[in-house]
Amino acid sequence: MNTKTLDHPELAERFNRDEERVDWHDQTLWWIRQKRDKAAHTLPEWEALREAASRIKLNVLDNLDEYLVQFEANALSNGIIVHWAADAAEHNQIVHKILIDNQVSQMVKSKSMLTEECHLNEYLGHHGIDVVDTDLGERIVQLAGEPPSHIVLPCIHKKKEEIGEIFHQHMGTPAGLSDPQMLAGLARTDLRERFLTRRVALTGVNFAIAETGEFVVCTNEGNADMGAHLADVHIASMGIEKIIPQRKHLGVFLRLLTRSATGQPITAYSSHFKRPRAGQTMHLILVDNGRSVHLGREDFRNSLKCIRCGACMNTCPVYRRSGGHSYHSAISGPIGAILAPNLDMKKHADLPFASTLCGSCSNVCPVKIDIHQQLYKWRQVITQEGEASAAKSASMQVMSTVLSNHWIYKFGGSIGRKFMQWFPGLVSNKLNPWYKHREMPTPPEQSFQEWYAQNRKNP
Amino acid sequence: MKVGLFIPCYVDQFYPGAAIATLELLEKLGVSVVFPAGQTCCGQPMANSGFEHLTHTVNEKFVKQFGGVDYVVSPSGSCVLHLKEHLHTNDRHEAEATILRSRIYELTEFLTDVLKIKQLNARFPHRVGLHQSCHGQRGLHISQMTELVAPPFSKPVHLLNLVDDLELINLDRPDECCGFGGTFCVVEEAVSSKMGKDRVADHLRNGAEYITSADMSCLMHLEGLLRRQKSETKVVHIAEILNSNVS
Repeated sequence: MNTKTLDHPELAERFNRDEERVDWHDQTLWWIRQKRDKAAHTLPEWEALREAASRIKLNVLDNLDEYLVQFEANALSNGIIVHWAADAAEHNQIVHKILIDNQVSQMVKSKSMLTEECHLNEYLGHHGIDVVDTDLGERIVQLAGEPPSHIVLPCIHKKKEEIGEIFHQHMGTPAGLSDPQMLAGLARTDLRERFLTRRVALTGVNFAIAETGEFVVCTNEGNADMGAHLADVHIASMGIEKIIPQRKHLGVFLRLLTRSATGQPITAYSSHFKRPRAGQTMHLILVDNGRSVHLGREDFRNSLKCIRCGACMNTCPVYRRSGGHSYHSAISGPIGAILAPNLDMKKHADLPFASTLCGSCSNVCPVKIDIHQQLYKWRQVITQEGEASAAKSASMQVMSTVLSNHWIYKFGGSIGRKFMQWFPGLVSNKLNPWYKHREMPTPPEQSFQEWYAQNRKNP
Repeated sequence: MKVGLFIPCYVDQFYPGAAIATLELLEKLGVSVVFPAGQTCCGQPMANSGFEHLTHTVNEKFVKQFGGVDYVVSPSGSCVLHLKEHLHTNDRHEAEATILRSRIYELTEFLTDVLKIKQLNARFPHRVGLHQSCHGQRGLHISQMTELVAPPFSKPVHLLNLVDDLELINLDRPDECCGFGGTFCVVEEAVSSKMGKDRVADHLRNGAEYITSADMSCLMHLEGLLRRQKSETKVVHIAEILNSNVS
């Protein structure tokens, strides 16, 4: 049985079969990039903020062990129950056990890319637990049976008419609705009943403050608060890299996060959770899932600075024209392409090549991750680890031989150009991917080196 | 001042006009130019494909060929960036490679920063769109990028403004990648072509008769798309504009 999943070029080619849709997707995300630019330009200190954020995060990565211990001690003294999960499986088991201990089979969940990374919904679904995603975008893709295509805008690949249809099918709303305000209202009514009846709520964590043992959750919809405030049990899941040292550092990140993400000055809700309210239980799960290994990769560790704003996706000309699902990984786009190979290099060997290395991502990144440099470095690692195809290795070897030997290069070049002149069909055909949408260059009579030999003499 | 001219493989084979214009322009500006024999390639096609380890011979040759020059100048931002970042050899020649890495210039930055050109005897009476090639712009920083909150500048625009009768058009997206990306253009053919089509459309929408760039590889890709569309708009390397004779 062929179990090979489609790789990025294949999935991107499928996405591009509907050019109008590609244009719509590109323009929607470019509009968000422009909103980001406008918001950034309102702060003359923008670049200094990025630098500060980058340095705070580097300090965190250098001292992560100490900050984690400090955070745990403070969280415990605040009355939070702290769990440690080495990997996704352990994280999912911990959540499941909390649900069993509380004798519930239903839960609401606000947006958490970590739970996407851990495939929590699938796991709990297999164990008979009903999870309702309460972020509107997440809810839409959950109903559609799809993963999110963007970390901040999970259903950015869906048009409003399609969302109306999904609601019609799954929520019994009238057919043919496409007014965004009406759709949001219907989703709100549907979710309200769930907020009021669920006893367990899971949230993500944007920042965890070592100094105080509190954590901060940023949402625009207030859905994390609705869940956490109404439930008897609040579970918060976080990757171990979400730590920041002190409360005063939060200002740097909150100013950067949403300006980078959507162009807003700040999220509508930046909620601090420090201790359970009377009668409530608060669990916090600290998840490693490959992060310690990543921290040990000198060339790649600083990708753990990521604050999940999605700016690199919005600016990426490839992402905008291939869609988030083409990255076949929980986190898509440029940042996903440098995080995913750490988790499974073989499965994600295609992702670092899904880039022109244009460098736009690194320059919008609010914590200054050198994303495009890491894409280049992953390419080397993936090749060295033997993940390149035999055909590619062979062609690279030939290229290296030709370019290392001037006589072969010169001879091959002149023969090649003559061939193109005499038999254009040999290169301009459908076997040549270049020719599918582009004409071949017209081969000139002379190369520059031939011209130079005739027209100049070196002094 | 002795300048070594580096002409990348695809320019040598397919776009000798850009190379000739670069040479003539430098000579016109009084620079003593040598063109070391035996040149092939900067090694970027292998390295960007994940095969940097196969570039050692190419690197060794490069260091040997450009040994005694004051500057290396090349009409390709992408190749220059690659050499600046990745020209390394074995221990024996690494010291020379290190010196060379700091002396390699893309043509427009050499004209602006080293020769400090303030005037040019050139005329190009056309509406021109400038394609900001990413490796020149974001890599070599020959012009400011829209991502940063920083004062704008552009070395290619500075030079194009010295050309008589040239009308530089504004683009809707002034610095979006064209999608060439080396082997990306065939491995990710669908996205690459779509990116190029969108770039071409921006230039056409804003009335470009010519699309120019400091990088011929982007232009090769855009030219392929323009010709497929049977467009009247042409591509021209910036050296050819700067070297265009006043008639």
